Amino acid sequence: MKRLSAAASLAVLALIVAACGTSGGSDDSSDDGAAGTSGFTPPDLKKLDTLGAGEGKLSVLAWPGYAEDGSNDPKVDWVSSFEKETGCQVTVKTFGTSDEAVSLMKTGQYDVVSASGDASLRLIAGGQVEPVNTDLIPNYADVYPFLKDRPWNSVKGQMYGVPHGYGANLLMWRTDKVTPAPTSWGVVFDANSPYKGAVTAYDSPIYIADAAMYLMATKPDLGIKNPYALDEKQFTATVDLLKQQKALVSEYWSDYLKEVQAFTSGNSVVGTTWQVIANVATGEKVPVQVTVPTEGVTGWSDTWMLSATSKNKNCGYLWMNHIVSPEANAAVAEYFGESPANAKACAQTADKNHCTTFHAGDEAYSQKIWYWTTPIEQCLDGRTDVKCTDYSRWTQAWTQIKG
Amino acid sequence: MMSSLHRHPRVRLGLLLGPPILWLGVAYLGALAALFVTALWSQNSFTGVIEREWTLDSFRTLFTVEVYRTIALRTIGVALLVTLIDAVVAFPIALYMSKVARPGLRRFLLVAVLMPLWASYLVKAYAWRGMFAEGGLVSSMFEAVGLKSPGFGLTATVVTLAYLWLPYMILPIYAGLERLPDSLLEASADLGAKTPQTIRRVILPVVVPAMVAGSIFTFSLTLGDYIAVRIVGGTNQLLGNVVYDNVGAANNLPFAAAVATIPVVVMLGYLAAVRRTGAMESL
Repeated sequence: MKRLSAAASLAVLALIVAACGTSGGSDDSSDDGAAGTSGFTPPDLKKLDTLGAGEGKLSVLAWPGYAEDGSNDPKVDWVSSFEKETGCQVTVKTFGTSDEAVSLMKTGQYDVVSASGDASLRLIAGGQVEPVNTDLIPNYADVYPFLKDRPWNSVKGQMYGVPHGYGANLLMWRTDKVTPAPTSWGVVFDANSPYKGAVTAYDSPIYIADAAMYLMATKPDLGIKNPYALDEKQFTATVDLLKQQKALVSEYWSDYLKEVQAFTSGNSVVGTTWQVIANVATGEKVPVQVTVPTEGVTGWSDTWMLSATSKNKNCGYLWMNHIVSPEANAAVAEYFGESPANAKACAQTADKNHCTTFHAGDEAYSQKIWYWTTPIEQCLDGRTDVKCTDYSRWTQAWTQIKG
Repeated sequence: MMSSLHRHPRVRLGLLLGPPILWLGVAYLGALAALFVTALWSQNSFTGVIEREWTLDSFRTLFTVEVYRTIALRTIGVALLVTLIDAVVAFPIALYMSKVARPGLRRFLLVAVLMPLWASYLVKAYAWRGMFAEGGLVSSMFEAVGLKSPGFGLTATVVTLAYLWLPYMILPIYAGLERLPDSLLEASADLGAKTPQTIRRVILPVVVPAMVAGSIFTFSLTLGDYIAVRIVGGTNQLLGNVVYDNVGAANNLPFAAAVATIPVVVMLGYLAAVRRTGAMESL
């Protein structure tokens, strides 16, 4: 971890230097230190130089809870004000996993997307999203500096979107069925878990990282340093743990409403979740609670990105500016249950403790979360003597885990 | 215009058959061919972009990795079980409808059988999810007799699919029995045959081809299903889920196409077997 963050801050430094040195061109592929962090050359796409008038419509691809227009809850609405201000009529499509987002973006039907770290680089490399001119987004100035120019939202000093917020995958349980309150992921991984048959898990290959993180704490002799950098031996141990977990699982979820329903009926009583799911369940009077277990958490750091084939780019820029405005960013952060990206958003939350609860702006805390990242062959923890398992291996293993 | 068409029978024939042949050839068989060709391509594992180089990698993975064999066999097993249950349940219903019920009741029963087809697939599947859920109708019935509810899983999947496809089995059997003249049953009785004997010697020979015809629907629909198992199947996955996950999650279109050829091949084998029974005429 230490090594990683040192490498990351070095990279950021290099990026800043590079950005200062080559303020003009975004398309130069000079071999400065930043090239090493991503290890690929993205397609040569131009960013917008000036902003024109809005095109009148915008198609948004978002995580559930990121683009609410009041249709789920009349009080939760930050899309209508955007429509009124800019005249861009918004249509929203939600997705359940990062993989779904990547394949939906390939259709070219969406103008902007809220991409997590395990989708963003794939979108950049595939040419589905284009570089973003942050000068055209006034609210970008207020975004926490430690979210800018990170390996998952920029390449060679060029931002590919606007940081939106970050948060953690939490452990949720039914307070009436699970006692005592769990403090460890052991309740969902241990073969002797008393909640056998009522455990739920996230239905995506990226969930393998959750098991790896658990092993990182419980089996230190495996030597896992980063749950997204698993060599063959570590990977096998992780997959074995998940195969063992399958006997405990009642069902896997990727549709967040399905998880709410499973917790409501009691088919699932404990498992991984997002804060927003706990909020919806609590809203329906289901007795649930969430916690950050002792082994740590995986999480997400999301970026709004602009489709390279979008015909509504002006509306896209207006949207990116709106969604990180203090008001909208605060509303999303509070509804979804994550830290806002805009430092000024903390003054706008209804719950004045929101930013304290979610450790917003606390750089040290934010680095404790293992953000979703696409595993690649080059080990992300800096090891060069072994090859790590890449995402296509993870995908195949996930099918095998489910059997 | 009309007269010129009369003078050129070939043009007339072309206009008449052109659109359906285009539909069948391009939209239908063309899509199948595209599917098969895609299975022979590879893809970039990082960006998921398809690389148009010929390779048999997808099929190699499909045949060498054991889990896909397990899933294929499970899917075929579920399809067979659903077909069997539907045949057993549909036969008495169809027999009653066609030979016992009075015309008024018969019409009512026909509507009752068709009625579920008017409701959305998802509504019906979620209704079964509610029944199999903790505290639902099925689980409370099981608990009432002191048993543990099966919960979500393969049992729930088979029951749900058998329910969903039942009309497709009842209707062909009903149609087959309609074609059986009542006089044959009377003749059988006059010649001294008891009911079981009549069923075995007179009714079944007519019904079996109709059942096989119905089984084509129940079997093929189950083979391709992936929604019901996601709703009530717990942690289980069928072939359709593997295809869906590889399109939606892994972005591995070539592999998804390779998996999708399994049901096609199984269905072709099944249809070839069905042809031998002569059931194709009952469709």
